[in-house]
Amino acid sequence: MTQLLSIEDLHVSFPTEDGIVKAVDGVSLTVNSGETVAIVGESGSGKTVTSLSVMGLHKKGSVIIDGSIKINDGGTIKDVVSLNPSEVRDIRGRAVAMIFQDPMSSLHPYYKIGNQLAEAFEVHNPGNKKAAKARAIEMLDLVGISEPAQRAEEFPHQFSGGMRQRVMIAMALMNSPRLLIADEPTTALDVTVQAQILSLLDKLKKEFDMGVLLITHDLGVVAQVADRVSVMYAGQLVEEAPVDDLFYTPKAPYTLGLLKSVPRISANNERLKAIPGQPPSLIHLPQGCAFSARCEYRNLSPVDCAVTPVSLHTDSAGHSSRCHIPIEVRNPVFAKDLQELKS
Amino acid sequence: MLAYIGRRMVFALATILVVSAVVFMIFAILPFDPAALTCGQRCNEQIIEANRIRLGLDKPLYEQYFLFISGIFLGRTYGSGSAAFSCPAPSFGYSFNENACVTDMITEALPITINLAVGALILWLTVGIGLGIVAAKFKNRWPDTGSSVFVLLGTSLPTFVTGLALLIWVTIKWKIIPLSLTGYTSLIDNPYKYFQYFILPWITLAIAYAALYTRFTRAALLETLGEDYIRTARAKGVGEQKVFFKHTLRAVLAPLITMASLDFAGLIGGAIITETIFNLPGLGRLTLRSVYEFDLSVVLATTILAATVVIVMNLIVDMLYAVLDPRVRLK
Repeated sequence: MTQLLSIEDLHVSFPTEDGIVKAVDGVSLTVNSGETVAIVGESGSGKTVTSLSVMGLHKKGSVIIDGSIKINDGGTIKDVVSLNPSEVRDIRGRAVAMIFQDPMSSLHPYYKIGNQLAEAFEVHNPGNKKAAKARAIEMLDLVGISEPAQRAEEFPHQFSGGMRQRVMIAMALMNSPRLLIADEPTTALDVTVQAQILSLLDKLKKEFDMGVLLITHDLGVVAQVADRVSVMYAGQLVEEAPVDDLFYTPKAPYTLGLLKSVPRISANNERLKAIPGQPPSLIHLPQGCAFSARCEYRNLSPVDCAVTPVSLHTDSAGHSSRCHIPIEVRNPVFAKDLQELKS
Repeated sequence: MLAYIGRRMVFALATILVVSAVVFMIFAILPFDPAALTCGQRCNEQIIEANRIRLGLDKPLYEQYFLFISGIFLGRTYGSGSAAFSCPAPSFGYSFNENACVTDMITEALPITINLAVGALILWLTVGIGLGIVAAKFKNRWPDTGSSVFVLLGTSLPTFVTGLALLIWVTIKWKIIPLSLTGYTSLIDNPYKYFQYFILPWITLAIAYAALYTRFTRAALLETLGEDYIRTARAKGVGEQKVFFKHTLRAVLAPLITMASLDFAGLIGGAIITETIFNLPGLGRLTLRSVYEFDLSVVLATTILAATVVIVMNLIVDMLYAVLDPRVRLK
């Protein structure tokens, strides 16, 4: 097991006319080979910004990045934050590849599928057109596209949504990267196709001995494929744990809120338990806990959550959470609420 | 594909036929007597009647139209006996004002307009797309600001201002390009004279169009740069230059070509103002003169010609689009 990605204290902010938007605020996480790490959070929580930072895909000049993003490039550790643009480009698509949310719009409509795949190979292996083409067909076959040689000559609009996401996966694997970032890879697909894509990703992860950083807001997807989970809220990690621990013993109020808000078939005629309120503005973050205004447990806290800064605390089992409420108070209350949920 | 083209051709022919019929009809109901217009100052009823018969204007309207159409394919003879004269096919009628077959007048004027339009097209595409690319690449920096000044001037200055200004300063005051007195010379005969003849009209037309194309190219490029598939290209590790000049520009090409083809078709109908300012005897001026003089057979012919060019260009654009955009299938 090798460490492929190590993000340390990452801060990403965007200067705007209204002020500085702190999209990512001190995130640290690691991805090792053979494991799937999920980042969960609602829209605007900073999960996609984090993943784009790893790829160095932010527009230059529009963003301030602090901290370090270390990528293992065949044994050499490279920090994406401090590399120059051409060095980042050299890593992109080779050491780390990415698949995106919407396969319908992520492929160039005017170029043949085979050529788009081949380009990913040629960029890093210049002048080898024939090998690139062969590799493209091989990869299409690997992701389960039948008659890959013919289909390589077709255009994206001739593929269905699920097939296009397979193509995107094939494209990401053209250079056998060790690290794969999947940004909501199944959000735009229907549920049956979603399951196929997830199991394909899982199979390929083993085949290529990759580490996968999975960005999602879908807890069902997390439960299905993730090994470890990081929960983000307002640009910060609020909880980090192995997947089972997170689902069975959540320690952050936000995570519990997320679990509660999952719709259940057994719950007849019950209203969805949404978390009340809205995420805070990323320009005017509260001094204390960012979730405090929406937290239903905040009166259990010995301090005023809204003004007292709170840090991420890791217990001996490697389960981290960000909350002012003492763990011995939290545990029984959360366990009881979770029990109610199941009944 | 072939079936599609065939069907479109038939459709185009039908459209042209309808257009010609409508234009013909409009001129028939106008309160002018073409026969009366044909005779000069010393005019009397007999001459008008004789001319009416010679031109076939005594026949019912549908027969006149039939004669007009058949003249296009078979040529047409006016009058009879020793006074007869004929216009060989394709004949679009006879102009009494100029005492010439309309077809001859058009074949004389058309090359000038085509040369004007082609030259201007090349110039405005080069400048317009070029500046658009520069503006998009240097968004919000000084080249972008500079190009937006050009866009503002180009779109707000009418051609009769830019044309006259060029004529006054470049030719008359600064004497950089002398006034061409020899008239039109073809590119092959004398390239130097050819350019001297056309360069100012080209610039006049190109400024107006180039401004539009700069704005369009810039906007389309910037929009495409935000597309998901451009992010995909970057994620593959493709370099910025290639992302811009291969992936982005390719997507902008199809709408640009459509726009250029249709603008070009419009110009073939005649750039009336530019041709007038620079005294170019092209189709635009021919039409203008014919309208002033109620030379209806010429107006009819130039209108049909302009309509035909637009229809044919539309057909070409649709076929080009199918080549450029794989999502478009011709059925």
